[in-house]
Amino acid sequence: MDATEIGLWGVPLAVLGGAIRVSTPFIFVSLGEAITERSGRINLGLEGTLVFGAMTAYAVAVMTGSPWLGLIAAAFAGLCFGLFHGWICRFPKVNDIAVGIALMLFGSGLAFFFGKPFIKPKAPNLPAIPFGGWSDIPQVQAALDVNVLFLIGAVLSVILWWAFRNTRAGLIVRVVGDSSDAARAMGLNPDTVRLLATGVGGALAGIGGAYLSLYYPGSWTERISSGQGLMAVALVIFARWNPLGCFAAALLFGGAGALGPALQSVGVTQGYYMFYAAPYILTLIIMIATSSPTRTLAGAPGELSITK
Amino acid sequence: MTDTMTGAGMPALFSAKAYSAAVEWIARRAEALVIPLAALIVGMALFSLFIVLVGKSPILLYETMWRGGFGSWFSVQNSLSRAAPLLLAALCVALPARLGLVVIGGEGAIVLGGVAAAAAGTALSGGPSSIVILAMGVAGMAAGGIWIGAVGALRHYRAVNETISSLLMAYIAIALMNQLVEGPLRDPASLNKPSTQPLADIYRIGNIPGMDVHWGLVVGVVACILSWLLIEKTRWGFAARIAGGNVRAAQVQGLAVGPLIVGFTALAGGFAGLAGMLEVAAVQGSANASLSAGYGYTGILVAFLARHNPLAIIPFAILLGGIDASGGLIQRRMDLPDATVVVLQGMIFIVILFSETLYGRFKAFNPDLWKRPDLVKGAA
Repeated sequence: MDATEIGLWGVPLAVLGGAIRVSTPFIFVSLGEAITERSGRINLGLEGTLVFGAMTAYAVAVMTGSPWLGLIAAAFAGLCFGLFHGWICRFPKVNDIAVGIALMLFGSGLAFFFGKPFIKPKAPNLPAIPFGGWSDIPQVQAALDVNVLFLIGAVLSVILWWAFRNTRAGLIVRVVGDSSDAARAMGLNPDTVRLLATGVGGALAGIGGAYLSLYYPGSWTERISSGQGLMAVALVIFARWNPLGCFAAALLFGGAGALGPALQSVGVTQGYYMFYAAPYILTLIIMIATSSPTRTLAGAPGELSITK
Repeated sequence: MTDTMTGAGMPALFSAKAYSAAVEWIARRAEALVIPLAALIVGMALFSLFIVLVGKSPILLYETMWRGGFGSWFSVQNSLSRAAPLLLAALCVALPARLGLVVIGGEGAIVLGGVAAAAAGTALSGGPSSIVILAMGVAGMAAGGIWIGAVGALRHYRAVNETISSLLMAYIAIALMNQLVEGPLRDPASLNKPSTQPLADIYRIGNIPGMDVHWGLVVGVVACILSWLLIEKTRWGFAARIAGGNVRAAQVQGLAVGPLIVGFTALAGGFAGLAGMLEVAAVQGSANASLSAGYGYTGILVAFLARHNPLAIIPFAILLGGIDASGGLIQRRMDLPDATVVVLQGMIFIVILFSETLYGRFKAFNPDLWKRPDLVKGAA
């Protein structure tokens, strides 16, 4: 898909290709956040989890030579961050949004702290492989092709959509999210359910981070995420907490994110920075368009602090 | 107040009523003082553990931090210079917080305030310095005020979550700054680092006499004091505190919550914009990418440490300014990454938020028990 040879047609093609490539972390983070928010809690710290997941995956992949171990390590790290958020929010008067902000700072700080030795110089816009395992073994690189994680994400969103409606676990999460009192009356402990939901959400965000550093853009830098975790949180609201909606919205956001590089590849350099800001602007416009001061959002979990 | 002033041994100078009022005054504030300080110490202790785990000496670290932040007159001045923008950035979080809003996008207002101030300075170049500096301040405050005021307006009139929208707008603001600084506002002479036209020396803000700290520190402290007066001593502040406690109750009382939210967020953004103007006029000399130095994000931590009390922001901004200032020395002396201070800040932040759960849990802070010592025995 060489954009320069086919002229301006390269833009929609590159946006489409980019949508699939860029959307994958959005899919995982937004699915994770959808689980967390359906249980009645919001974890803004997924931005930090995403960055820490990216660093962990990259570091483990460098040291072991296996990107899959990196992926598992990132998911585990994300699980720990999520469980920590869930645990600390159990205490009365602790604000889940503020804890999320703190974890955003803490996760990024920790990632930069441990990630320093893993920053290697690398030319932009080249899928060059900077180190060990996945440069020497082409199969590994092929195995971590965009399609694998992207497809897993697609399947996962269908499974979650189905599970929320048809499984006991899905029902439990929804009950806890809609009414703590109703959940207690059913003999459920809302704090425990939220702890687990936040943990799972963190693990998925960690996988999203692994995709960032191990596939696209495929290197570890301190600017690797720049707000993608946060946009994914906003995306969940737009998707009305529906996993299928999350998948569609992630594709849309991926396309918006690919707009800047696509236009640049055909020689449009005017407004370069603003095209890079397109996903943020799109998120904001969508938030404004879909929020309403007079009615509660359809599908909003009753216990969620941001929609109360 | 000392221990000897209990019961009958009290000096005649104080009436019993004045004494009990004084004890109550102290007890009410002791909780607000002791819990954040204890949280700060616990956060630092946890960070020591972290430093031990990565194989370094926490004693050396805190010694280096002290030396880099407050150990010499030079480092104190460095810390105070960094505290100046933090004071204003923290107000950008604290003022909306009194209305129950969590605004975390102050970085965007700082960046745009700096660009607007630089543009105003360039446009008015040639005018009298006092008027140009004033215009730059107004431009910076206006840009920041519009940016964060919009966040408040979206919150109230469209129910858009202010935490997410303000952070998204910070990213947009940084893109806007890059676009302007590399495009229409670019000084052709700035090759490696795109910047706006450098300000002439007469339009720069100088240092406080006898110190190597620019006047921004005074501006920041005055802004904190004025904000405190606004919140505690005016009817607008009173209305804001009611609306922050319960929006519905405020609306039932006939308070105009919408204008209140827009006004407070605009003022908050104005302060952050002023921080950007000061960075341009006193530190950088022009607007460029260095404007986004993270003061907006550290300001969030300062505001939460101060529990959104503008007067408490002053000491915490100086403390965080010192921690910030010591980052470079820690990096060089101890061979630790520059993100070390971010890890410390994150840990303190988490412990501070956790400490919210402790308020009202300790009998020692209950003023009723202090006023009536006999009740302690009776209650026990």
